[in-house]
Amino acid sequence: MCLGIPGEIKSIDGMEATVEFWDVEKAIRIDIVGDEVEEGDYVLNHAGFAIRKIPDDEVEETIALYESILQGDEADGLEEIGAMDEELGIGGANE
Amino acid sequence: MSDSEALQFRDPEKADRLTSRLDALMDEIGHPVNIMHVCGTHEQSIAKYGLRSRLPDGLSVRMGPGCPVCVTNMPEVDEAVALAEDGKIVATYGDMFQVPGTEKSLEDAKGEGADVRVVYSASEAHEIAAENPDEDVVFFATGFETTAAPTAAVLTDDPVDNFYVLSAHKYVPPAMEVVAELPDTDIDGFLAAGHAAVITGYGLFEEFVDEYETPVVVGGFEPLDVLLALERLLTFIRDGEPGLDNAYRRVVSEEGNVAAKERMWDVFETTSGEWRGIAEIPDANLVISEEYADHDARTQFDVAPDVGEGDPLTEQCICGDIMAGQADPDECDLFGEECTPQNPVGACMVSSEGTCKIWLEYGGQPDL
Repeated sequence: MCLGIPGEIKSIDGMEATVEFWDVEKAIRIDIVGDEVEEGDYVLNHAGFAIRKIPDDEVEETIALYESILQGDEADGLEEIGAMDEELGIGGANE
Repeated sequence: MSDSEALQFRDPEKADRLTSRLDALMDEIGHPVNIMHVCGTHEQSIAKYGLRSRLPDGLSVRMGPGCPVCVTNMPEVDEAVALAEDGKIVATYGDMFQVPGTEKSLEDAKGEGADVRVVYSASEAHEIAAENPDEDVVFFATGFETTAAPTAAVLTDDPVDNFYVLSAHKYVPPAMEVVAELPDTDIDGFLAAGHAAVITGYGLFEEFVDEYETPVVVGGFEPLDVLLALERLLTFIRDGEPGLDNAYRRVVSEEGNVAAKERMWDVFETTSGEWRGIAEIPDANLVISEEYADHDARTQFDVAPDVGEGDPLTEQCICGDIMAGQADPDECDLFGEECTPQNPVGACMVSSEGTCKIWLEYGGQPDL
């Protein structure tokens, strides 16, 4: 729930953006990101909301960290971005 | 991504230099030091990279009340279960699904026929309400500032009439004060959570540092981020100076995310309440303000859970002591025995941010 996940903005429609995380695209709200964002920007996401634009020079390290924390536990990673239902057909986080 | 970029914050040579510096600082300090961090992601990073094995003797880094699921009080889970059993659609984060209430978890209620749905965001819970206009949909909202601001964003965006929030959101800074005051908890410094500080800003901790004369450093989550934050804390402790520093400058500013803070304080106000197993904490529970009462499940429904005695094993759970920094998971008789991620007794074993679950996943007591 509280693990911030970095993702790349692919497109923006009003206060919602399509953000890509590890080849999975999700709709993410950008109304509380607190910065102007555009396509190609990376944002730090918590529970379906972008909470900060990630400065360009910070992107690689942030992504590397989350990939490594979630390494070997793809289910946790997918759950954090809400992709469990579509990908695996189950709903419970810890099943 | 090149290896050099990816490993910039994990450079072993820099880590060695930082740990040598920690050794030297501990020698100068000359007594054991207890640091508390308040973030599940910090614990994951510390366990994952085996950082405890590199720390000097006498330097203890423990996780405090940094897991929002873990501090959600059992009666709050009971309220959600009661609403589900009363025929409402209850939506909640995956981490909350298995957390035991007094007698039942939401998973148990679902097994008995209640409509409980796991969502990954407050806006997804709102979509369920929009798609089911004839049903009452209650979002059981948990988490610290990083999820409270998103809940607020949905409530300030003209939600549909049948969308309600049962708030179990918590606000971390007052809990740090309570932990700092616990008689059996001796904390020399706090490593504050980087992502909550993205929202609140690090300036928020100034008052805490002044009042409790305890240093606070906001830290990031890469190994070097954690070691750097510890270096700053030990320097303050050596100098006898209760200072405040930001060791996560890449994303944390002094004022934080103003847009997110404004929404949060528009929708929520603080009240006192029990943090599971720790204490009654003043001003650390976020409840919905009168302006948004039309969407407050507690105002709109008669939430009166009828619960019995509960699981006797719960009495033996030391989750609260662990979050207060007074015990480690392997001091619990239930750890890895009666209490496992598959059959959790306490919330510390349920959440991916719970100390017990993290320790069990990384092979018991990690690298101590």
